[in-house]
Amino acid sequence: MTMLMEYSGGNGRWPDLFRNMRRSQDEMSRLLGGLRLAPQAEFPPVNVWTGTDGAIITAEVPGISPEQLDITVHGNTVTLRGKREPEFVGDTSASNTSTSGTSTSGASTSDTSTPNTIRQERVFGDFTRTVVLPFRVDPDNVAARFERGIVFVELPRPAADKPRHIKVARA
Amino acid sequence: MSDPQTTDTRSTESGRDNMPTFVPPADIFDIDQKIVMLLDMPGADPASVDVALERRVLTVSAHSQPFRPQNYTLLHSEYEEGNYERAFTLSDEVDGERIEATLKDGVLRLTLPKTTPSPAKKIAVKSA
Repeated sequence: MTMLMEYSGGNGRWPDLFRNMRRSQDEMSRLLGGLRLAPQAEFPPVNVWTGTDGAIITAEVPGISPEQLDITVHGNTVTLRGKREPEFVGDTSASNTSTSGTSTSGASTSDTSTPNTIRQERVFGDFTRTVVLPFRVDPDNVAARFERGIVFVELPRPAADKPRHIKVARA
Repeated sequence: MSDPQTTDTRSTESGRDNMPTFVPPADIFDIDQKIVMLLDMPGADPASVDVALERRVLTVSAHSQPFRPQNYTLLHSEYEEGNYERAFTLSDEVDGERIEATLKDGVLRLTLPKTTPSPAKKIAVKSA
């Protein structure tokens, strides 16, 4: 009897048999979500938050300056475009001899002009991400800020499009 | 007849606020007199970045502030916020006293100056 109470969350309603399944699923994705060494499917990874007033899109774009980010908004679509350059390393121009793969140990032929790459794990190049939102956004009031390598794009809904509460009247 | 499993799940409810710890990807370059390491740590709080060298092990760690906007729900998630930690074993030729670290735009740049390693000692074997 007490087991049934535990499963139903203690409020006496019908037991939710899927709750433990969902919870173990959450635990698994929390455990496996920590493994970031697998190559990312898309760069930059994007999180989308939605609310009644609009949406916030966040993307991890470390090492990219805000000037290199190009954000366009059209209807219910937001496109994030940019280019990630390899950084300036050392005293000369950063033309990296990029060796593919993760742990390639460089036998340093001491070349005094160009840097010798020992390990290259980060991705570079052009990127484009398009996010389709479940509602239209107001392009005149979109704000974006860049903080610590993450870009936050705030997209409010146009005032006319916001959901309206309908009062239920007694007949 | 209490099931120990169900009482355990109560503790994982509060454990949800524990953020996962990621291993930041690193680029390592060897130039002349120094080794430069660049680590991607987006979202890391600059005040929480800790670079410590103990013997020959360099440990980098940082914490993130979770982003939780009020009145919004997460619709789509491709990345999780978390803490960062990575350890490297340095060779003898790195000067541990003069390591420099800068965090800019979510990228940690570590400059490790090289020094000449102490020469190999030859040990004479006495015959008893």
